[in-house]
Amino acid sequence: MKASDRKTEKPLASRAVQVTFLVALVVLWYLATTRWRVSPLLLPNPVLVWDNFWDIIRTGEFLSDLRVTLTELAIAFAISSTSGVIVGYLISRTQYRIRVFEPLFSAIYSVPIILFLPLYVLFFGLGPASKIALGATISFFPIALSTIAGFGYVDKVLVTAARSMGASDYQLFRYVLMPAALPIILTGMRMGFTVALLSIIGSETIASLAGLGHRIVHLAEGMEMARMFAYIVFVVFIAATLNMLVSALETRGKRHG
Amino acid sequence: MTGEVAIRVKDVSHQFGEEGDARHVVALRHTSLDIARGELLCLIGPSGCGKSTLLNVIGGLMTPTTGTVEVSGKPVRGPMPHDIAFVFQENALFPWNTVIENVNLGMTFQGVPRAEREARAKRSLEAVGLKDFAQHYPAQLSGGMRQRAALARALSLETGILLMDEPFGALDEQTRMILGEDLSVLLSRTDKTIVFVTHSLGEATFLADRVAVFSARPGTIKEIIKVDEPHPRKPDFVTSQKFTTIRNELYRLLHDEIRKTMAETGMGVAHSASEDARERADGSAL
Repeated sequence: MKASDRKTEKPLASRAVQVTFLVALVVLWYLATTRWRVSPLLLPNPVLVWDNFWDIIRTGEFLSDLRVTLTELAIAFAISSTSGVIVGYLISRTQYRIRVFEPLFSAIYSVPIILFLPLYVLFFGLGPASKIALGATISFFPIALSTIAGFGYVDKVLVTAARSMGASDYQLFRYVLMPAALPIILTGMRMGFTVALLSIIGSETIASLAGLGHRIVHLAEGMEMARMFAYIVFVVFIAATLNMLVSALETRGKRHG
Repeated sequence: MTGEVAIRVKDVSHQFGEEGDARHVVALRHTSLDIARGELLCLIGPSGCGKSTLLNVIGGLMTPTTGTVEVSGKPVRGPMPHDIAFVFQENALFPWNTVIENVNLGMTFQGVPRAEREARAKRSLEAVGLKDFAQHYPAQLSGGMRQRAALARALSLETGILLMDEPFGALDEQTRMILGEDLSVLLSRTDKTIVFVTHSLGEATFLADRVAVFSARPGTIKEIIKVDEPHPRKPDFVTSQKFTTIRNELYRLLHDEIRKTMAETGMGVAHSASEDARERADGSAL
């Protein structure tokens, strides 16, 4: 077999396994609801879920909840990426600050910050503000940490070389520090985006007035299981699309950095 | 060589950390040296003897604890990009830029007008034999080619002085031999003043007009050996009696200093006759 054959065959084969796995899951789901008589209150028929899904799309019923969730996400991510990059850069400027703050941020990052949701709700209310605050807090840490790593560990010889050739502070930043740090910062921003999305939808299911997470819990409480499952499918679809978009932006940013 | 002094090192000492500090190290003590315009001077000595420190002090990358350095009569207080260019040991090329972008960026930093850059970049890449690799990234080149590219970047700056810190140190023996020959040819066409730090006795003998041998830490210049052989040096210079005599002289001067360094660091304790023989064998390679 030629090497090029192997290269094209491998991803195809693994893609086939992935698709088969998902199809098998849906088939099992279908069998569970028809043959094995699992209560439709626990597991609705996938065909019914599919009908509900199309109904949600066709009527545009999802729009107001999607708008709420995406607005929260956009504002939270804007806050955390701006503050994370600025704070990370300032910390990265001296070895002392890196020694102090890097372990501190890493420790906080490993704490499940969602535990503070009740506190955030007390502070910011049940509306979008508490989701924004929580999403921004959670995504701040991976972004700040990757910015510290990006700017703090630039190979010294590159900085020395640039200085020896007469680089000004601005030139050093623009042509050496930025391109060295950018790929690492972009990875941190993608991670930050993912955790912001997770925590915002998660906190909407716990305590909220609107949003996709809120809608799902609302339907569950009303025992409208098929529609709830349809919304879950919708959220999965949105989350996957957003993550793909952000990953594509990350790759693009790295190439042009 | 006109005999005019390009670099004057006056009683330079340098220490890292404060006295009494756990990490206090005297890297260089009371070193004075005049380097003539157009001369190629090699600094050679045991590890940690301060030869790289001296190079960094000359280039203005380090301020010495005491003493001064003058370049063309001006005191050195920081990097002097218009007078001095560096070639570092390795990986000093910007990995996200191609070879040509690396060369152009150096000139941007130095302040060369945009209109001049293209011609100068082309000239310097041709000089090191890399004009067909201008669009390659450093990771796509061999170690030897990367160092040629770094040399091209330094040449494009058209400085009177070139400081090279073990530029071929990370390369294999054969590559560094060829690069050494090419460097000798290249430099015979310019009137650059060059200070070249190396570990290799053969490299020092082959390239240098004078070789400054350092003593063990705290280092200072122990002796200066002249190599009276015109540039460009031919490959058969390596096999000549003159080469062997000078190389052996350097070996004799260095041997005791290296022993002293090893004894200090505890590496020379388990010393046997067979190791002695191996060392002699190593020493006789170029």
